Amino acid sequence: MKKHLLGLLFALVPVTAMAAGGASVPHSMEPDLHDQASLQNGMKLYVNYCMGCHSLQYQRFARAADDLGMPQDLVEENLIFSPELAYNDQMHIAMDSGDAEGWFGAPPPDLSLKTRVRGTDWIYSYLLGFYKDPSRPTGVNNTVFDLVAMPNVLEPLQGVQELVCAETDHPVEGQEPDALSGKYQSCDVLQVTEPGELEPAEFEEAVYDLTNFLAYVGEPSKLQAQALAPKVLIFIFIFGVIAYLLKREYWRDIH
Amino acid sequence: MGNPNKAKAEKGVMRWVDDRFPATQMWQEHLSKYYAPKNFNFWYFFGSLALLALVNQILTGVWLTMSFNPSAEGAFDSVEYIMRDVEWGWLIRYMHTTGASAFFLVVYLHMFRGLLYGSYKAPRELVWVFGMTIYLVLMAEAFMGYLLPWGQMSYWGAQVIISLFSAIPAIGPDLAQWVRGDFLISGITLNRFFALHVVALPIVILALVVLHIIALHEVGSNNPDGIDIKQKKDEAGVPLDGIPFHPYYTVKDLVGVAVFLFVFCVVVFYFPEGGGYFIERPNFDQANPLQTPDHIAPVWYMTPFYAILRAITFSVFGLDAKFLGVIFMGAAIAILFVLPWLDRSPVRSMRYKGWMSKVMLLLFAISFVILGILGVLPSTTGRTILAQTCTVIYFAFFVLMPVYTKLEKTKPVPERVTG
Repeated sequence: MKKHLLGLLFALVPVTAMAAGGASVPHSMEPDLHDQASLQNGMKLYVNYCMGCHSLQYQRFARAADDLGMPQDLVEENLIFSPELAYNDQMHIAMDSGDAEGWFGAPPPDLSLKTRVRGTDWIYSYLLGFYKDPSRPTGVNNTVFDLVAMPNVLEPLQGVQELVCAETDHPVEGQEPDALSGKYQSCDVLQVTEPGELEPAEFEEAVYDLTNFLAYVGEPSKLQAQALAPKVLIFIFIFGVIAYLLKREYWRDIH
Repeated sequence: MGNPNKAKAEKGVMRWVDDRFPATQMWQEHLSKYYAPKNFNFWYFFGSLALLALVNQILTGVWLTMSFNPSAEGAFDSVEYIMRDVEWGWLIRYMHTTGASAFFLVVYLHMFRGLLYGSYKAPRELVWVFGMTIYLVLMAEAFMGYLLPWGQMSYWGAQVIISLFSAIPAIGPDLAQWVRGDFLISGITLNRFFALHVVALPIVILALVVLHIIALHEVGSNNPDGIDIKQKKDEAGVPLDGIPFHPYYTVKDLVGVAVFLFVFCVVVFYFPEGGGYFIERPNFDQANPLQTPDHIAPVWYMTPFYAILRAITFSVFGLDAKFLGVIFMGAAIAILFVLPWLDRSPVRSMRYKGWMSKVMLLLFAISFVILGILGVLPSTTGRTILAQTCTVIYFAFFVLMPVYTKLEKTKPVPERVTG
């Protein structure tokens, strides 16, 4: 009886793990907040390609400079474009949200916390998921976010990506893999048909950097937390050992 | 020490204080001469840990209010301001959010200990009732606190729970509006929840904790054997199986504190979102009255009762399912209050109760956990049936208790504690 009920309990566990996750996404990425080169490149890409429309209203340039190891003069010269923004300001945008609503249907959202709402896998897959779709007003659609209103702003880097019929390593539902190659046939394969400035592998790396930077922006305190944690845990451990020895000493005579 | 009844220090500052305030006497009554059974086990750590969790919530809470802005326009931003621009703000906030979950975890284990060893039985009925009242107020405290960050789940969670009031026939809709102070959850609701969360309810909780401990120290602590250590005393009137709470249990509890803090800090520093269960993902989007999240789930510590609410999918006697669900949810909590009068067993501890009590407690605990898991999941037909089964078991544990505790054969209880 007990065994069965426990089994039932464990059967429920994987389902609960998904409760927080949401829809499945094709790619996954593990943020690395200690890779400063990646984070710096991510911030460079962000201010150049994203910040025309998307603010990071809670992120200060100065904080990013400190955390990402960039000197103030370099940041001021290369990353702060608006004359209205100072080094200590948050990363606001110049675009008026009323105008933006007229142009896009909805103002582009602030991205400070998007990695915490959607998860980094989603952001990473989304940025890799744009493909040519002439039926859309912006000329593109997205595999992760259908009927997306945002244009593919990274197209100069990525080139033109299209959905084509081809072989793929990803399992396709209701299809057995090819006996020889182990691959599947699918018409949902993304392929770059007109090259951009970057090779596909380089582009994926750039998108990784950008997502990594957004992961940092979602929770800058994580760097502090990871630095502080070992000290606190060692302190508590030593305290625990002393408390235990003290307890043993006091309890020596209690039987 | 002289006359222990007088409990006066001999000289110096303490003498001066004791002449004016019973400091030494209180110290002795509640710590150095409060005799607790010497056979406390693992389950007995959670009372003092609950006190620690309470202190943590109050201290971090006080510091959070220094930077929090209780308005619909400013609340969400001010939380991020605390997370980023306030020195150590992120740590204080995560200690508070993790602390809420930790508080409930230790309280649940503390309550389970009571069920296991019959700590609610005479003469400790009031200890149990005060404790249950703390738990009830704690749920209100947590619920109101969850609205304050003004995220999507804050907003819609509160929307769902407050709308439960509107299920009450006749007065329901007006009552829900009265609670909200508005036609929908708004800045007005946020302001009143803030006032209740940081002032009114903490005062009530602190007062109840004092009552809980005074009542406990009046009758003395129970123990895993469920026997009365005051029956066997030495010539000086000290229970033979009792040891002074201080220093024995203060040093022992310090070990528990260290273990607790270690686990607590691992979560605070490495997993503050608790996998989306301590801080839910949609709560990183600001509250938006025009956009309902795909799936609304309360925080984990409320979910067993939420699952009971949703398990009622049928109408009876013209009462609609939602209202019945509210009644069952309320009854699930209310029935815990009368537990001391449902248990008819001659013994307290599960060690000496019969197999029926053991099986029922096991089933009850498993049902409670399953309900908790079901409460965070979207409901399906299968899950609803499972939730209904668990709800039946949950109530059967209490409703049948007068029968099975009376029927079953108990084991003989030892004269002295067995360790």
